[in-house]
Amino acid sequence: MSGSARRSPLAQIAITSVILCGILLVIALLTNSFGDRVLVRVVTVLFVNVVLTVALQMFMGNSGLSSFGHIAFMAIGAYSSLWFTLTPEEKNRTLPDMPETWIMHGWHTDFLPAILLAGGIAAVIGGLLGVALVRLRGASFTIATFAFLIVVHTIALQWEPMTRGSRTVFGIPDLTTIWIALGAALVVVVVGLLFRESPVGLRLRAARDDEDAAASIGIHIAWVRWVSWVASIFIAGAAGALWAHFITTFSPTAFYISETFVIVAMLIIGGSGSVSGAVIGAVLVTLSSEWLRRLEGWLNQHRSDGTLLGQLIPLELRGFAEIVIAIAMIIVLIKRPAGLTGGREIGLGGLWGRAKKGREPTRG
Amino acid sequence: MDSLVQYLISSFSLGGLYALMTLGLVVVYGILRLINFAYGELVMVAGYGLLLFGNTELAWPLVAILSVISAIVAAVIMERVAFRPVRFGSANTMLITSFAVSTLLQNVALLAISPRPQAVRLPSFFVESVTVGGLRLRFVDLASIIVSVLALVILTVLVRRTTIGIALRAAADDFTMTRLLGVRANLLISVAFAISGLLAGIVAIFWVGRSSLVEPSVGLQPVLIAFIAAVVGGMENLKGAVLGGYLLGFMWVGLQTWLPQAMLDYRNAVLFGIVIIILLIRPEGLIPPVYSRERR
Repeated sequence: MSGSARRSPLAQIAITSVILCGILLVIALLTNSFGDRVLVRVVTVLFVNVVLTVALQMFMGNSGLSSFGHIAFMAIGAYSSLWFTLTPEEKNRTLPDMPETWIMHGWHTDFLPAILLAGGIAAVIGGLLGVALVRLRGASFTIATFAFLIVVHTIALQWEPMTRGSRTVFGIPDLTTIWIALGAALVVVVVGLLFRESPVGLRLRAARDDEDAAASIGIHIAWVRWVSWVASIFIAGAAGALWAHFITTFSPTAFYISETFVIVAMLIIGGSGSVSGAVIGAVLVTLSSEWLRRLEGWLNQHRSDGTLLGQLIPLELRGFAEIVIAIAMIIVLIKRPAGLTGGREIGLGGLWGRAKKGREPTRG
Repeated sequence: MDSLVQYLISSFSLGGLYALMTLGLVVVYGILRLINFAYGELVMVAGYGLLLFGNTELAWPLVAILSVISAIVAAVIMERVAFRPVRFGSANTMLITSFAVSTLLQNVALLAISPRPQAVRLPSFFVESVTVGGLRLRFVDLASIIVSVLALVILTVLVRRTTIGIALRAAADDFTMTRLLGVRANLLISVAFAISGLLAGIVAIFWVGRSSLVEPSVGLQPVLIAFIAAVVGGMENLKGAVLGGYLLGFMWVGLQTWLPQAMLDYRNAVLFGIVIIILLIRPEGLIPPVYSRERR
């Protein structure tokens, strides 16, 4: 290990923050100066993905438990934010089935409080669920979070007054600009880095690496897991609010298994052990799937035009990006199970951290 | 009285399928500690097998057998290509790998076949029924009860009487020790996946038979049920899987029968909510493991 390992944690957090935030800022500035409208939209989604992936990393990376339920909390955040931001008149249009007598109907707030409230509602629900969840281990934990995803999906599909059921909600004000999304991503990156080195984060990582040893030195494992779960859920809910006010129209199908797969893929490809991994994974997967989608469209165009290249394509391409990401993810899992960053943070001398030879912690 | 008998028949029919599904999941989990998310895609493979072979001139029983075989082959290949290389990673790594495999296979089906549901040619007994003393019995319900009981009996004999079966059970308790006693790990795991594929294939025939449609996400609902049944019954033993499967079958049909109309659309939520509550009370499932050791 180089000299950078002896720097104090705070100095290292500062360095990593500057580098990661710098990367995101450069992406935003370049896009804003040179990109077209489509690219600006892609990059805005990219920043929302960074927020989500770092939220997932805060819990999964530090606790070693896999959650397939974060998208459910994103859904809760997305729907609850629009209950807060829409004015009563707008609610009559967007959610026509909501009775006017409900307190919810008459109430509305600005965007920022709505984001925080959306995160808060997700965190309250997540906190209640978390009481049960933190008692579970390994696979049972993952399945329970997955069951919750299905519960939320079912409710969102059926709860007409609040969600418009399976139909699309529309007319949500377009409030999430690229700069707001960037700001959220920068804040969350710093929070994620601080959390990792915080007392709770350190205890959580100790429990991940050796549950028995951690318990024997007096770490209250259920408590630290619960705290990180709730913090992570809060951010996922807030990300849902940001996304809802960017996309402006969505339905419950936007929050289900394939979306879960995408954010898990981002985290795993980048490396779940570090915030740098989450950021790098989100950037790589978002940009490459956008590029693959364009490639797919381009190839399909050739096919329908019957050009020489098009004649080589036997069938209409769909889901190309998902296939490539899934294969990339399997290869990463086989060749480099701790992800591209190997579970370490970016520092001045490359990647720093305690992970040994890029191996992930052995306890699952 | 009649409605009770009807309820029991429907529950045993569905519960039997769920039990087979769950067994297919648990037989792999027991050895590898892998929750195979791609298990639903084995059902999908067999479902598309029914579609593909069904469009040929082959006799239907042969079509069914070929479909089951394709699920077995898919299961063994899946293990060889994706799971063997990550076998010594953490349980989480394997879990996430299976999630990736599942997405991959679904999207390949989407690309290569069609995103739309396709109608499968089925023999007429799937829709016929017989009326006995005022009761309308569907042949397919009776067939799935018989087939699932038969499969359970055969599987019980297999794991209790044969060498490979005993090795499978031993490996579920302590894989390292079993290997030290000279059982070949690769063979054993391949056998477990083959059994898993066989069960998924059998389930697929009845599952697809219910709607006579097959689509890329056809395996989703059965695999969800199997997850839940496995967690409820206890992940580590085959008895728990069977119990969990039947219990979920009874619960599902019960919700369908007695839940008020307005709540019917919420039955997924109710069912999965019940599961979270069961986990709260008994985190290790209804039948907790008696003896088992971590895989390493």
